[in-house]
Amino acid sequence: MNIDPNRPDQPARPPVVSFEDRMATVEFRVGERAHIVVDSDVCRSCTTQACVTACPANLFAQTSDGGILFNYEQCFECGTCYMVCNSEGALTWTYPDGGHGVVFRNG
Amino acid sequence: MPENVNGEVEVWDAVVVGAGPAGAAAALALAQAGRSVLMVERGPFPGSKNVYGGVIYARVLDEVLPQWWLEAPVQRWVTRRSTMIMTGHQAVTVDIRAQNWGEAPYNGMTAYRPDFDAWLAGKAVEAGAELITSTVATGLIRDDRGRVIGVHTDRPDGDLRARVVIACDGVNSFLAKEAGLLPAADSAHHTLGVKEVWSLPPEVIEERYALGPREGLDIEMLGCTRGIPGGGFLYTGHDTIALGVVVSVEGLAKAKVRPEELIADLRTHPAIAPALRGAELKEYAAHLIPEGGYRAMPKLATDGLLIAGDAAGMCLAAGLWLEGVNFAIGSGLAAGAAVSQAVWSNDFSAKGLASYRTSMEKSFVLADHKRMQDAPKFVLSERLHAQYTGLICDMAERIFTVTNPEPKPRMTALLRRTVKDHGVRWRDLAKDAALGGRIFR
Repeated sequence: MNIDPNRPDQPARPPVVSFEDRMATVEFRVGERAHIVVDSDVCRSCTTQACVTACPANLFAQTSDGGILFNYEQCFECGTCYMVCNSEGALTWTYPDGGHGVVFRNG
Repeated sequence: MPENVNGEVEVWDAVVVGAGPAGAAAALALAQAGRSVLMVERGPFPGSKNVYGGVIYARVLDEVLPQWWLEAPVQRWVTRRSTMIMTGHQAVTVDIRAQNWGEAPYNGMTAYRPDFDAWLAGKAVEAGAELITSTVATGLIRDDRGRVIGVHTDRPDGDLRARVVIACDGVNSFLAKEAGLLPAADSAHHTLGVKEVWSLPPEVIEERYALGPREGLDIEMLGCTRGIPGGGFLYTGHDTIALGVVVSVEGLAKAKVRPEELIADLRTHPAIAPALRGAELKEYAAHLIPEGGYRAMPKLATDGLLIAGDAAGMCLAAGLWLEGVNFAIGSGLAAGAAVSQAVWSNDFSAKGLASYRTSMEKSFVLADHKRMQDAPKFVLSERLHAQYTGLICDMAERIFTVTNPEPKPRMTALLRRTVKDHGVRWRDLAKDAALGGRIFR
């Protein structure tokens, strides 16, 4: 996108960024092993499912049967999900294998 | 180089897990003292997993790397620092300029952590430390008496033996957890930082924020997080503006708000939006921050193991002062010195490593944390965020709203009315003012 920041007809706000475009700015070297595993059976009894809104990469989704579906590929490895998780054993969290996962450039 | 024991296993004086600022500083101190030290970094290069709130104060490097500023990968030198208290449509700003900060020996710098951390780890390597990347330390190796004697890694035959392991493996430190020094999860003492980095030409940034070339701005914000304890930040890189929020993990979970919505609030705020016009999103990032301070700090040593940096909660989140990288470096240097001394006395027990803590108690690393130990509960208090920010903005707006032909209201009357409008009790206000005064005295 070619932008002249001084053009008066530019909107007063930066463009709205879709979540896909937002995540497309981040480099991920996706490993073969899922470094986070969710036990959806445990999640079904969770009353808060706080991971769904708190995860900054939006990797947790509620399934129609009340469980949790998790996608590990675009994970920031921040740890928010296990910090907010209040169901013991629902989340197994490790680091991705060496050299894999997120690679920040401007962190 | 590591020593061969019985002609087979190599034993390093120290294996440092994590090549961020704490790990690199520990390795630098050990290498400068002539000890054998290996850094194990899980990312493809040091800093690749790291994100922060923007400014590095590197005074702590003066002794170990004189004139570090001549070669550190600096984006801009911070000469303008603002604290902004805001509501959705208001802002009250205290704006400080100090041109001295733009000249040697400098004060704060903006930098990207992948650049800075890789540079600092490189200095450790120049001094004689070794670095392996793309390698995860997956667990501790202990002897039959429970003493830590190395780490397992995810490389084939990847066990590493050390006299002391220094865990600088960050806020989620699995090694400190395995050693029983950190709780498995502790949402009350952590915040989540999310950050957007926006591209703009350098001269546009300088014009919009009234900065000279190489001069930078750092804004810390309060009141922009929908009442969730936390705050916002904006700082300038050479050709980028980084914008983000830091919020209590517990508060975020309770509010059921998505983190990027909080940055969107900030990005569209009338005090922020105009300067971002035409910018393009370069990177989005997120990281946890240990904000429990001195009171939540874990035990720092067990037999054969030290923890430093974020792993040890060495992050000063005290409202006025928001610093982490300097505390990571300070604790890393102290850990390196303690291990170096332990090699000399050949005692790697917690007792033999006790100089780690005592030396930090004498320096800023623990002294600042101790002094600010009540700051976390103050700066993350609900009242501060949900009530006081709006009160301050309304009070400022009312003071400067000309009410002609009505005469100017008295300040005391304005304050009474504004305090009442925000549902603040005088008793709480007095209590919090006294607490704030005590913390920042």
